[in-house]
Amino acid sequence: MPKLSNMSYKNQRILIIFLFSLVPVVLLLTFSYLPVFKMFQYSFTSWNGLSKNMEYIGFDNYKTIFTKPEYFAVFKVSLYYFFATFVQMGLALYFATILSFNVRMKNWFKGILFFPTLLNGVAIGFIFLFFFKPEGTLNTILDLLGLGVLQQKWLLNPQLINISLAFASVWRYMGMNFIIFLGAISSIGSDIYEASEIDGANRWHQFRHIIIPSIKRILQLNLILAVSGAIGVFEIPYVMTGGSNGSGTFVIQTVDVAFKYSKLGLASAMAVILLGIVVLVTILQRILIKEEK
Amino acid sequence: MKKTKAVTGLAALTLMAGLFSGCASDNNNATNAAATKAGGNTGTAAEATAAPEGDAAKDIKGDITVITQRTDIVDTVFKDYAAKFNEKYPDVKVNFEALSNYEDQIKIRMSTSDYGDVLLLPTSVAIKDLPDFFEPLGKKSDLEQQYTGLEERTVDGISYGIPITVNFSGVIYNKQVFKDAGVTEVPRTFDQFSAALKSIKEKTDAVPLYTNYAAGWTLTQWEADLATVAGDREYVNIGQVASDDNFVPGQPHYELYKVMYDAAKDGLIEEDPTTTDWESSKADLANGKIGTMMLGSWAIGQIKGLAANPDDVGFMPFPTNAGKILVPLSDDYNLGVSIHSKNKEAARAWVDWFINESGYPTTEGGGMSPVKGAELPEILKQFAGTDITFDTLAPAKAGEEGWVDAIDKEAEIGLWQPDFKKVIIEAAIGNRKQSYDDIMKELNDKWKTARAKIVTAK
Repeated sequence: MPKLSNMSYKNQRILIIFLFSLVPVVLLLTFSYLPVFKMFQYSFTSWNGLSKNMEYIGFDNYKTIFTKPEYFAVFKVSLYYFFATFVQMGLALYFATILSFNVRMKNWFKGILFFPTLLNGVAIGFIFLFFFKPEGTLNTILDLLGLGVLQQKWLLNPQLINISLAFASVWRYMGMNFIIFLGAISSIGSDIYEASEIDGANRWHQFRHIIIPSIKRILQLNLILAVSGAIGVFEIPYVMTGGSNGSGTFVIQTVDVAFKYSKLGLASAMAVILLGIVVLVTILQRILIKEEK
Repeated sequence: MKKTKAVTGLAALTLMAGLFSGCASDNNNATNAAATKAGGNTGTAAEATAAPEGDAAKDIKGDITVITQRTDIVDTVFKDYAAKFNEKYPDVKVNFEALSNYEDQIKIRMSTSDYGDVLLLPTSVAIKDLPDFFEPLGKKSDLEQQYTGLEERTVDGISYGIPITVNFSGVIYNKQVFKDAGVTEVPRTFDQFSAALKSIKEKTDAVPLYTNYAAGWTLTQWEADLATVAGDREYVNIGQVASDDNFVPGQPHYELYKVMYDAAKDGLIEEDPTTTDWESSKADLANGKIGTMMLGSWAIGQIKGLAANPDDVGFMPFPTNAGKILVPLSDDYNLGVSIHSKNKEAARAWVDWFINESGYPTTEGGGMSPVKGAELPEILKQFAGTDITFDTLAPAKAGEEGWVDAIDKEAEIGLWQPDFKKVIIEAAIGNRKQSYDDIMKELNDKWKTARAKIVTAK
């Protein structure tokens, strides 16, 4: 039997690298690439998700989607989440900046802000469902503050429902943005701040001229993630309203088509289109941001 | 193309599996059905599998896994069932598995061969695909001597499931609320019903009609009342399929959901439908905070269990203008045997025992037993001698089985999905610009297009 110690150092290294990469690569192939490949395959069939026979129907599914405007009408809802993205990034950046300076109970605040990210999305859906009830938390707080006039039926009013849901989404995902920003800001050396203080810079100057330029790359990254997130919104509206009352998104529609109407082929085609849109938006952003420089 | 090859291979494999299992378990129907499915020669009609009786019971052995949706009683009531079952079949070991979200979870498992020995037939599986997944239980013409409700899961005359209980659908209401509102007679027509709801609104604090909009699936319970509105047991599976005008004024669907729309429009439903809660609604109905809910008989037991005075919980048929009142009986889940089961005899024994001897259909199931000649549940005895009849729906015409479902899915209407019911409520409370007629017209257009496609394709 060949011994590991008999091999040259170079070959040992290759072997170890190969063995260690094997597990993640196999996992990646099985759970990411194979399903995506299958999705492309299904999108050309009229498969119902269970039947043993899969009928190949060419581009019919794509034709159906592109000829029926109601499939795309739901992208309007994504706009709410798109605008909420900026609120979310603004808040995350604000808290990250403040907490990167010396503040009392700094770690406690960090924990509080990051906490929602750790929660299960379904649990958050239920929490906010209660929060927005007519006799729920939000209206009770408004009442206690003497702001009873502002009480609303947050999920009933078609003008407010998407804003309410986007708010829940901001609460959920802000922690993630926050922690990424905080990490980036922490990497800025303290000597730069000291130097700027000697030059008479205040906190705003430091933020404007030191922090922002240093984390520009991270800002871009978060923006790309947030925008593609806004296009693919799913769990919060799905858990809270099931997409009713005008809060349906493209992904909810895809899931409905697949599992309510057993049109897995059509739903796969919708998923492929969504993937295409996300890729396109990401490329566009990269091009636009590059040109800015 | 490669795929066709794979499909043919798969079909051949199914056929072979069917042949072998058929021989192994003196179950000729397996051979038959599998052969029909794979497009081979059909041969002569086979005899129905008889439930093993007497001494034969001792010979049946093996481990079986029973998958159920009853997470609440799997560790209690079902354990007792297993013990009783073992008295008759001492060599069969029964294991249970309960799925909390049965429909979704079992569907995913059914893409493998590991989905237990005895399980409930998921309603979302197309009827014509059942022979690929379930063991034939016998010819319908034979089994129907013994059971009702078989037509819902029968393909080409072969039955694949027996209902675990037979439900009847209508309005579950609180008698005390009706009394407080001064409604002494059980409303029968649409006008009487809406008058009753209005007096509840005026004279009591109760919500006249609770929609349970947020839960979603609760809205689908309305669809079961279609036959009552039509007053015709043939409407659902035969009349509907033959008509291009399924959602126009005067037709049962239009009238049925008009009740929902009008109640919502007149403010007779809950204050904020978007945040309703199913679990608490049961207690509220039981204790007089809610007047009525549209549900099936399966809910009566659950609601009574929460009531301070269980006698307050009553059942009445859905209002209708039809000449006679028909309360439709329909299957709950059907129980069947997996085609991949290794102990099909034992599995089959469990199915027969569970339906006939466990008592589940009437006790835990809360409906009527599918066994012919079984006693009616208590709550229905009040209707004896009235002009209210209880009847199953007429099955579809030969060759048109599963069309309602096929048209519905093609059109993306969702007769048994909450979506368009939610739209109706949203429109009624003013969240949408559409009128009731707009919604119905849209549904009818979808129905018409899809129906044309299905009818020509078949």
